[in-house]
Amino acid sequence: MSSKREWLETTYKQASERPVRFSTISDMELAALYTPDDAQGGYDETLANPGEYPYTRGVYGSMYRGRLWTMRQFAGFGLAEDTNARFHYLLSQGQDGLSTAFDMPTLMGYDADHERAQGEVGREGVSVSSLQDMVRLFDKIPLDRVTTSMTVNCSASVLLAMYLIVAERQGIPWDRVGGTIQNDMLKEFIAQKEWICPPRPSLRIVTDMIEFCARKAPRWHAVSISGYHIREAGSTAVQELAFTIADGLCYVEEAVRRGLAVDDFAPRLSFFWNIHNDFLEEVAKLRAARRMWARIMKERFGAKNPRSMMLRTHAQTAGASLTAQQPVNNVVRVALQAMAGVLGGVQSLHTNSMDETLALPTEQAVTVALRTQQIIAEETGITNTIDPFGGSYAIEALTDRIEHDAMEYIRRLDEMGGMVQAIETGYPQREIAEAAFHYQRQLEKGIKTIVGVNKYSVPEELPIDTLKIDPAIEERQVQRVRKMKRERNSLAVREALARVSEACRSNENLMEPILEAVRREVTVGEISEVFRTEFGVYRDPGWI
Amino acid sequence: MADKRLRILVAKPGLDGHDRGAKIIARALRDGGFEVVYTGLHQTPEMIAEAAVQEDVDAVGLSILSGAHMTLFPEVIKLLKQRGAGDVAVFGGGIIPDDDATRLRELGVREIFTPGASTEDIVKWVHENVQARQ
Repeated sequence: MSSKREWLETTYKQASERPVRFSTISDMELAALYTPDDAQGGYDETLANPGEYPYTRGVYGSMYRGRLWTMRQFAGFGLAEDTNARFHYLLSQGQDGLSTAFDMPTLMGYDADHERAQGEVGREGVSVSSLQDMVRLFDKIPLDRVTTSMTVNCSASVLLAMYLIVAERQGIPWDRVGGTIQNDMLKEFIAQKEWICPPRPSLRIVTDMIEFCARKAPRWHAVSISGYHIREAGSTAVQELAFTIADGLCYVEEAVRRGLAVDDFAPRLSFFWNIHNDFLEEVAKLRAARRMWARIMKERFGAKNPRSMMLRTHAQTAGASLTAQQPVNNVVRVALQAMAGVLGGVQSLHTNSMDETLALPTEQAVTVALRTQQIIAEETGITNTIDPFGGSYAIEALTDRIEHDAMEYIRRLDEMGGMVQAIETGYPQREIAEAAFHYQRQLEKGIKTIVGVNKYSVPEELPIDTLKIDPAIEERQVQRVRKMKRERNSLAVREALARVSEACRSNENLMEPILEAVRREVTVGEISEVFRTEFGVYRDPGWI
Repeated sequence: MADKRLRILVAKPGLDGHDRGAKIIARALRDGGFEVVYTGLHQTPEMIAEAAVQEDVDAVGLSILSGAHMTLFPEVIKLLKQRGAGDVAVFGGGIIPDDDATRLRELGVREIFTPGASTEDIVKWVHENVQARQ
């Protein structure tokens, strides 16, 4: 047999090659062939068996043979009771965890009756201003049996407080409440752009929550370190991985600086990735992510508990990959992306609905998206053996390459003094904008293809049903919030807000005062207003 | 005739943080030969109208994905008129259903670009449809 080089110069040269650029969606060039020559490092050091350091082949010993991933569809729209009904529907269809989408005002720390909330209430998610809204949202959902993921960041401390009080009222102690709050503020400045205060006080609030959960709500994941939005903002796969791991590093450093032992909180850190169209790149990215985190936690932070080194993750198929053109094609995209996620070894998955590029999903569309996961889990057979791509020359070479390139970014960020400094100078923001623009140009030149958009497009499109949010919802919610504010004990509210202000100015952990405020029906917007006053407001520098 | 370089304000009204499209458009317009001012995120209609007047722009490109376009786009147009800048060409993009796009055109938005529009199309549209203000 010939060596790889001989093969390239003889057999391959004589064969024909299509006149295209063979590169991943992130523009990483691929070799024509990967062979044993490309394998770096030994099996034990770089792969090892599932459930063993560095966890390249999966964090758990039996992976999906032990337990399938959690099917967690993102849901939220309109009033709390509208979303509650969707939750009950999804649970009745076999979904086993909840995932809550809040509307823009809630995400940005404004009550529904604030003037900045106009036109946005209940549109992109559910409107939650007060504890009463939260009670309605989780009506008749047993919080000790269902785990909930809440996608909220700068107002996460208030929403977590509300959730814990709802649990308390259901008679469930906090140490039995499980779930995740996204709460990844660093990625907000890099990509998702929902913030209240500047990076440093934001990081303090996140660290307060990590500390609080480690002590009082040990089954709760206080932060889900999220690459999802970094990718949606247009990053490459390597940038998604690098900036996300670097954000994680920053949270660990802060918590350690606070005096927490790494093994006391790191087992409850979780991750969230985007699963884009490039199948091989995505499988490799997830494997590289686990290995990087394991190595960093062990080598950099001296973690001893294996659970501190295990990167457990939720993933979502790429919203930005879906097209408004020929929307039914999105079902196929989502299925393939979900499959890459499963072959990459995720613990929890959200599949997008085909209509999400047009509106929030209809019940029919979300059902197809959920069924996609169920078909992958129960019909395709890819869950029958662990990490079936392990040992694939191409996948292993790509995993090594992605890890290497992402570590190169982390080295650069370290040189800049860490992620907070890098964010303040706009470095990750500009790198992502550059990548997004490069990809757009490739699309317009036809170097990259989006089926139905820049190739195989058709003039007429089949209309599909979309979910319409009734504008009357906003008025109802505004009236409801105003009524609640009139009827509560205003003295108790003022006292509670003063306590939160005081805690902001001292080193006291903010969670206890926030819990007390929420008990007294202080709202998301009112506590956020204290943050604005005490910590200042962050303004987008508008880097392009 | 030597054209004055057109000045365009690219703005993100409302609370929606999806600025990928706005930034791509801003860069494409700049590469297309226009002077571009990008306001950054979370702008109120007042902030946008004020910036348009201050910067003396010829056009304003609005990008929004949160669904608040029916509230915020007409408000920008109204406030521009109030400031004597009703001739500034307002165009927009984002996730905007066809019915809403039709209504927005009736309300004075010159053009609406939806997902899949190429930056070349947008640059071309500005070249053909936006004139320097007197």
